Amino acid sequence: MKIRSFRGGVHPPEEKITSQKPIQELPLLKKVVIPLSQHTGAPAEPAVKVGDRVKTGQKIGEAQGPISSNIHASISGKVVDISDHPHPLGPPSLAITIESDGRDEHHPSIKHNNDYFRLHPNEIREIVREAGIVGLGGAAFPTHVKLSPPEDKWIDTVILNGCECEPYLTCDHRLMIEKTYEIIQGLKIIAKTLEVTSCYIGIERNKRDAIRAMREEIRNEANMEVVALKTKYPQGSEKQLIKAILNREVPSGGLPLDVGVVVQNVGTALAISEAVKKGSPLIERVVTVTGKGIKNPANLRVRIGTLFQDVIDYCGGFRGRPGKMIMGGPLMGFAQYTTSIPVIKGTTGILVLPEEETEEIREKSCIRCSRCVDVCPVDISPNLIAKYASKDRFDWAREYGALDCMECGICAYVCPAKIPLVQLIKYAKAQLPTKIS
Amino acid sequence: MLNPITLSIIVLGGLGLLAGSGLAYASKKLVSKIDPKVEAILEILPGANCGACGFAGCSGFAKALIEERAQANGCIPGGEGVANQVASILGVEVEVREKRIAKILCYHRGASQTQFDYRGLESCRAAALLFGGNKACLYSCLGLGDCILACPFGAITLIKGKIEINEERCTGCGKCVSICPKGVIALVPEEKGVHVLCNSKDKGAIVRKICKEGCIGCGICVKVCPEKAITLKDNLAHIDYGKCTECGACVEKCPTHAIEMVNG
Repeated sequence: MKIRSFRGGVHPPEEKITSQKPIQELPLLKKVVIPLSQHTGAPAEPAVKVGDRVKTGQKIGEAQGPISSNIHASISGKVVDISDHPHPLGPPSLAITIESDGRDEHHPSIKHNNDYFRLHPNEIREIVREAGIVGLGGAAFPTHVKLSPPEDKWIDTVILNGCECEPYLTCDHRLMIEKTYEIIQGLKIIAKTLEVTSCYIGIERNKRDAIRAMREEIRNEANMEVVALKTKYPQGSEKQLIKAILNREVPSGGLPLDVGVVVQNVGTALAISEAVKKGSPLIERVVTVTGKGIKNPANLRVRIGTLFQDVIDYCGGFRGRPGKMIMGGPLMGFAQYTTSIPVIKGTTGILVLPEEETEEIREKSCIRCSRCVDVCPVDISPNLIAKYASKDRFDWAREYGALDCMECGICAYVCPAKIPLVQLIKYAKAQLPTKIS
Repeated sequence: MLNPITLSIIVLGGLGLLAGSGLAYASKKLVSKIDPKVEAILEILPGANCGACGFAGCSGFAKALIEERAQANGCIPGGEGVANQVASILGVEVEVREKRIAKILCYHRGASQTQFDYRGLESCRAAALLFGGNKACLYSCLGLGDCILACPFGAITLIKGKIEINEERCTGCGKCVSICPKGVIALVPEEKGVHVLCNSKDKGAIVRKICKEGCIGCGICVKVCPEKAITLKDNLAHIDYGKCTECGACVEKCPTHAIEMVNG
């Protein structure tokens, strides 16, 4: 049988050094800094004041508008500061600092719901919205929006995304092995909310133990299927995953909704299950702390708002001089300049590369080899878009499909001339809305 | 039978005559009328096609003038001279605008303290996408020179890591102002010489840590100004150029020397 996949893509060295390390709990810390903007959409507004006492799971940030997300206290203690703090994805932004009282008392709103299977889809949506759940694969899109498709869209399939195609990262892999039951419960809740019958779980073939565990878990489920996919980056991208599993193509500028599919990360499914069954909001996530620049790489369950410094200290600190610290994976992650940034809902990993693995890249001229075009999973011409971007012709960059780019980064990865293609395309995309109305 | 030479002369000559008379007819009857005034105005305009007038290049502006959609003093780079000449062609009165020039409201102009190494595109707009730029001050000039490329008059240059604006070449078209991702360039009246060279809206304590010359919003200048021309907004002093008499009181008292006096 042909292994299902998509056109283009690359297979970089996997470097999944933490794939056999069970998830550990990071001990409770003295302080967390919780940014109010951790998701796609409008930042939340603070719902507490400096000096307030908060309990674990208490709502401290109120979502603003339809595409936004609530923020909850991840420890119990006292709010000591509400001010701008370095943020992993942009300039310093408003964050709430909580000092722990060491008790980790849960807020009374967190209670088990034994009757969860009787809930109406709208009640589930409300629970998910209230729990501040966002996509945990990295993009952090508010999940309740994905669970509320417009009425004219017919959804027939749910896909759970367990690909984890980025090198180094293993948090989803470990979750699929250790929390198999809960993830499938989450999938059932999603399927019920969307009233669909057909469910798939897409996992790359390099995670055989996860595929086995998932298949074992769903052996009695008639409408679920685990699909083993080719190990190829970016297999975990929504649109590529849909193409590989269902052979449906999401149109340019469209959403998975347009082809009747909703894709959720396995971590998100787990969070949904925890919120619906246990009433617990999204206050922690699994983070892969990895790379040759870390003494003891690990998969850690970390409270949102924990500073990178504390996480790295727990893993034994840096090995040698750190050359580069990245939030996320090496291809789509964001390089960081300080360890005083907090773990946010979209932090899939903390990757530290030692100095000897990072080199200053000197850009050379394009030799028209077209390797970027060959590997591009969305069939655009990165070389041309980059050229137009560098000449301020953003209108032409758009003409050539700059807005279809998902910034997976493989064009720059394969480029023999080391042209910063993704940066140029991101730059063009950032200039477009203001440049052309 | 005519010999081939004569034949070809007749044929080619005939064709030439036919095409020529066709062209002659077209040039008389099908010509699109260009208002001689448009041509005359185009002669006067600087021809930089900078777009500061709000029309598509100089010819767009010239057409708009004839159709009375634009003011005679609309060409900002042309200044008073062009405005007067245009007005005389159109036979209208012209109100002379005060000439303004671009000024970078940052003491360091690109050489301020950094908080990390930036390796990537040499463009302010690209660098600003990453944490708002690599400078310790979020409001600082990034110094990668998008304004240099944007200036149609070659008035902006990079000298020893600092962005310099040649005041004689600057026409105040505002291209640099609109391209700067940090909004650190402003158009100021040419004859005024006192400026606040800071753009930081951070609190004084933060500014002090990262920049010796930044405005800390202490308000001393507001108090000492005899004309009440200075106001404090978002921790930053603003000079009302209409009221400023360039007495220099604020320049003297400013504890961080964030206020500059050019002529004095």
